[in-house]
Amino acid sequence: MTSETTKPLRRLRRSRSDRVLGGVCGGVAAAVGIDALVVRVAVVALTVAGGTGALLYVVAWLLLPEEGKDRSIAQAASVDRGKDLGELLAIASIVLGALLLVRATGIWFSDALVWPLLLAGIGLAVIWRQAGDEDRSSFLRVVERLPRPGTAPAPAPDLRLRRAALARVVLGVALVVGGVGAFLAASDAFSAVRQGVLATAGIVGGLALITGPFWVRMGRDLASERRQRIRSEERAEVAAHLHDSVLQTLALIQRNADDPRAVVTMARRQERELRGWLFENDQDVPGAETLAAALARAGEEVEGLHGASIDVVAVGDLPLDDRARALVAAAREAMVNAAKWSGDETVSVYAEVRDGQASVFVRDWGAGFDPDAVAADRHGVRESIVDRMHRHGGQAFVRSTPGEGTEVELRI
Amino acid sequence: MTEPGGRRPRVFLVDDHELFRSGVRAELGDAVDVVGEASEVGAAIEMILERRPEVVLLDVHLPAGGGRAVVQGVVPTAPEVRFLALSVSDAAEDVIGVIRAGARGYVTKTISGPELADAIRRVADGDVVFSRRLAGFVLDAFAASPGPSDDPDLDQLTAREQEVLRLIARGYPYKAIAKELVISARTVETHVSSVLHKLQLSNRHDLTRWATERRLI
Repeated sequence: MTSETTKPLRRLRRSRSDRVLGGVCGGVAAAVGIDALVVRVAVVALTVAGGTGALLYVVAWLLLPEEGKDRSIAQAASVDRGKDLGELLAIASIVLGALLLVRATGIWFSDALVWPLLLAGIGLAVIWRQAGDEDRSSFLRVVERLPRPGTAPAPAPDLRLRRAALARVVLGVALVVGGVGAFLAASDAFSAVRQGVLATAGIVGGLALITGPFWVRMGRDLASERRQRIRSEERAEVAAHLHDSVLQTLALIQRNADDPRAVVTMARRQERELRGWLFENDQDVPGAETLAAALARAGEEVEGLHGASIDVVAVGDLPLDDRARALVAAAREAMVNAAKWSGDETVSVYAEVRDGQASVFVRDWGAGFDPDAVAADRHGVRESIVDRMHRHGGQAFVRSTPGEGTEVELRI
Repeated sequence: MTEPGGRRPRVFLVDDHELFRSGVRAELGDAVDVVGEASEVGAAIEMILERRPEVVLLDVHLPAGGGRAVVQGVVPTAPEVRFLALSVSDAAEDVIGVIRAGARGYVTKTISGPELADAIRRVADGDVVFSRRLAGFVLDAFAASPGPSDDPDLDQLTAREQEVLRLIARGYPYKAIAKELVISARTVETHVSSVLHKLQLSNRHDLTRWATERRLI
């Protein structure tokens, strides 16, 4: 490696195609005719061993022109004093500053420490300097892929860039760890708590510096990913519901177009269901059901079974206890009777809770009957309605006049 | 209902659903004279003021202000125009809101054609049309124990008014209510109008709270 600098610089160029950091190793390898990996390992080894590797590398980077260019960074900087010079000066001043700081607080530092720290600083500075907009994005992309091996393989052109960026990070980490390690070893740090803390801070700081952008980006990505997932889940739920109910019903309606009664029934049931789904989403908490809700549901069921339209209006409400359940069951029976026998197309159900008493009225304006003439063996009214209400301490009245419909009044 | 085959009220339709407007027109057929229709608040107000229909069939849910905005836009200039609210929504806030704005009645969109024609005629005659559901809402709103009140006459329903509303909610037509309570159909009508009046003018504490709970005000 040391002999390279003596070789003609014309043939020795920093590689553009095979580069990890500045393309120095790739260029050297190409000029010498060995695998770039060997050169890289040598540089890293020299760096970890005492810092010379990094130093040589940076010097070569400055002095070797890039492939296809005829001026090195140092030449360019000295000729046109462009931005490269500014950057170099900035890096140099940062490093110098760090160096002076180290020396100023140098009670614990021997000069043997300054080299590795300096090199670590250069390594980091170069990493950040290198991470221009384009590089930085590929750098981030690489690091982001690391913990997610399941993602699809990247398209080929990006792969090399990413590998380069990844290697950059690895090199940076190696520099930091190496520098801190050397520092610890040279200052008997393991015996001193203070230095232990310092060492930890150094490592953590280095890692944070290198991976910081990644964590920020990852946090943002996760948040937006979660938002998107919630949105798409909601959409899927709506779609599933529309498919399960509305589309099915529409299909059924088309098939039954010649049966108006069936069509009306289906449309009405669908309407109720959709309305319930849209507006009462949060009400299907088990155990929280109320008299009004139970009556409305009973109405829907009967409507579905017997075709008549059942309209439930409720004023006031109360939780569904055993007595209220009996009331609903009796009311349901009354609705069934009205829907089946009255011949009226609409059945009005009115529930009212007042002063602790619940009343339900089930009214139709259909055929009606003569209550006295109902045979004793007709179970419907007697058992399901009247007896049930009596058992639960309630009352039931059935009023009916032939031709003017029937009203069942239930109280509890 | 009053004079079948009699005069045909001049009706204006306001609904943002074209399909529904044509459905209503078809259902009403010859029973009424549809003098125009509009699908948005601004156009509706303009055309109603220009054509002066007797009854406006008003959808509660309209973009930009809803049915309430139409009522409020027309009534100051043309108080003789009557509104019948029509909605698929059974939500109390929509119903009470449009009534308090000045509508003379409320029916749901599932109402049958003949029933709707009848409701329109009654509104045209100056009557009030309470659906069962509206009656239920009103009972609910006035049900809470009467709190401190500036004007007890306005802020409470009389026992008779409550009886009438309860019978409406139970599904009784006016005639049957009259028979049940042994009063004339005209008296029933008077009670209902009085309830509407209270509903629109009362600033009863409980009503306000009830409305606030349902985000009306």
